[in-house]
Amino acid sequence: MWPIFHKFGSPPWLYAIAGAILRWLLPITLLALVTGMVWGLLFTPSENVQGNSYRIIYIHVPAAVVALAGYYVMALAGAVSLIWRMKMADVAMKAAAPVGAALTFVALFTGAIWGKPTWGTWWVWDARITSMLILLFLYLGVVALYEAFDNKEAAGKACAVLSLVGMVNIPIIYKSVDWWYSLHQGASIKFTGETSIHPSMLYPLLLMIAAFYALFTCALLLNMRAELLQREQRTQWVQKLLSKDVVN
Amino acid sequence: MTPPGAVQFCIRLLRRQLLLAVRRPLEIGNPLLFFAMVVALFPLGLGPTPETLAGFAPGVLWITALLSNLLTSDAVFRSDFEDGSLEQLLLAPQPLFMSVLAYIGAHWLTTGLLLAAVSPVFALMLNLPAQAIVALVASLLIGTALLSLIGGIGAALTVGLKRGGMLISLLILPLYMPVLIFGSAAVQAAVGGFPVGPYLAILGAMLCLAIALAPLAMAAGLRISIDA
Amino acid sequence: MPTRDSGVPVLAARSLCLERGGRELFRELSFTICAGQLWQIEGANGAGKTSLLRILCGLSRYGFTGQVERFAPLLYLGHQSALKALLTPRENLAFHVSGEGCYGDEQIESALARVGLYGYEDVASHTLSAGQHRRVNLARLLLSDATLWLLDEPFTAIDKAGVDELQALLASHVAGGGAVVMTSHQALDVSCDVRYLNLGTGLAA
Repeated sequence: MWPIFHKFGSPPWLYAIAGAILRWLLPITLLALVTGMVWGLLFTPSENVQGNSYRIIYIHVPAAVVALAGYYVMALAGAVSLIWRMKMADVAMKAAAPVGAALTFVALFTGAIWGKPTWGTWWVWDARITSMLILLFLYLGVVALYEAFDNKEAAGKACAVLSLVGMVNIPIIYKSVDWWYSLHQGASIKFTGETSIHPSMLYPLLLMIAAFYALFTCALLLNMRAELLQREQRTQWVQKLLSKDVVN
Repeated sequence: MTPPGAVQFCIRLLRRQLLLAVRRPLEIGNPLLFFAMVVALFPLGLGPTPETLAGFAPGVLWITALLSNLLTSDAVFRSDFEDGSLEQLLLAPQPLFMSVLAYIGAHWLTTGLLLAAVSPVFALMLNLPAQAIVALVASLLIGTALLSLIGGIGAALTVGLKRGGMLISLLILPLYMPVLIFGSAAVQAAVGGFPVGPYLAILGAMLCLAIALAPLAMAAGLRISIDA
Repeated sequence: MPTRDSGVPVLAARSLCLERGGRELFRELSFTICAGQLWQIEGANGAGKTSLLRILCGLSRYGFTGQVERFAPLLYLGHQSALKALLTPRENLAFHVSGEGCYGDEQIESALARVGLYGYEDVASHTLSAGQHRRVNLARLLLSDATLWLLDEPFTAIDKAGVDELQALLASHVAGGGAVVMTSHQALDVSCDVRYLNLGTGLAA
């Protein structure tokens, strides 16, 4: 296990392996996204109460699920970078933050679009929505802190600490917001009905969730490759890579 | 001569920080003045009707206390960073975990404790029912200690940055939210005649967790900031 | 001051490499500093003298490769004075954040008197000059019993008499079994051997 672990510390190796993974993961992701989207938007039955507007679930739910999971990916990468002092974990963590922030934003945005026809309002201070909003702030905090440091290595370590602090806080924030909402349930709009989702709607949803996970991975790897090139721009392997690209 | 033990060193740091605070009384007064002025803004914005104000009072008082705590958090380590004392602190043989607790303790004594002490005056100005004042002071006493600990993390991470002031709010305001929720809920419960104990217990539990974990993050943050 | 054996290693550095902004400042730097030695780090501006000192004392933890082992308590004086302007020299020493011993009033007074600050014990530090700030820090050298002193440009802002006194102090520390690593652009005139570490050219005897 250790030789592999050691290899992860090598930027050229990581750059190459990320490229190799992307070569097959990117087409699969696109295929899954298109399939899931067409299946979900065109070939599922419409819902009894909401009609066709519920179909936004095929973007909203996967984005929310992966946005939350992305934070844990980021925090774990941060932990690895702090504990084993692995520079490449920094790169992964830095790459995860904007992707996660974008997904959180997509989840909030689609939620608002969905809320208008369903609840008659763009925004409700619902427990889940509020937690997602705070998650967006946590992501943006990491991005902003990284940008504020001139020394990118220190930036990585500082963001690692911040994302770990956030990880400890996410369950606390979630529980307290949940509890706060139940206390204040004035304008009562039940967010999730008790009706279980029909299999014909569920399968495309599962496919879309898987596709979003793959999309997250692709974006993460692409971002990591860009970050690696930028960090290592003065090293030999990047110079060689660049000259090769120019020749081709 | 042997170096002082961790606790003895903590007491030395606490005395130093308090002495520094006393030498510059305006810095102690600033958050209190800020508290008073922001409280004065709310009647102007929300209207002076006593009932309206009473309804908003728990939230207003808590948010204002939170903001004045936030404004002072940035300064916890900054002057020590600028004059090089922080380097010396990091080189001290005593555990940094305890040292940062001393800094936070001093910060709480000069802001949170005083905010809690003056809050009844502003509570009365905002027409908060008298039976809620004890709950307000108690929740502020525990809650501001929590805020100081969380704010210290943000201060430690941004102390090396020239433009840390705005950034620190972005970093730590999301982490402040649970404290705000339970703090203002405690006051609201007291207004409604419900027991306050459970809310204070939750705040206390969060404080214990923060005392155990926040110094770790602060120590790590300071080591990173001094290295950048 | 406890007597210490000469020749005992107090700090060992192995294969230190440092890069800043794509430029290599030093590589494969290995040396052992023993009790009874005075080292002067030389090099042009930007050669990495301060960075090396910060690595040696442990303030820099990232951004370099190699190992540093420390076997004795150390005292580091950086560019900044670490003095609080609002505290008096006496308070600055009594409440010092570096976690040294607890000094009594008489110890502090005699140390301040020896560095030429007799009568300034209880005035606020912001009224003192830059040189006097440095002198308060020199009083720390007198009070501390750390074996290894890491001094970054200790002669800055100090007058000629002060420089002579400091050089004598360094020599007596080394003679008493201490060790000193310092950066300075000026040649040392001390009664003990000086070892040089030139960051431009490498180790020299």
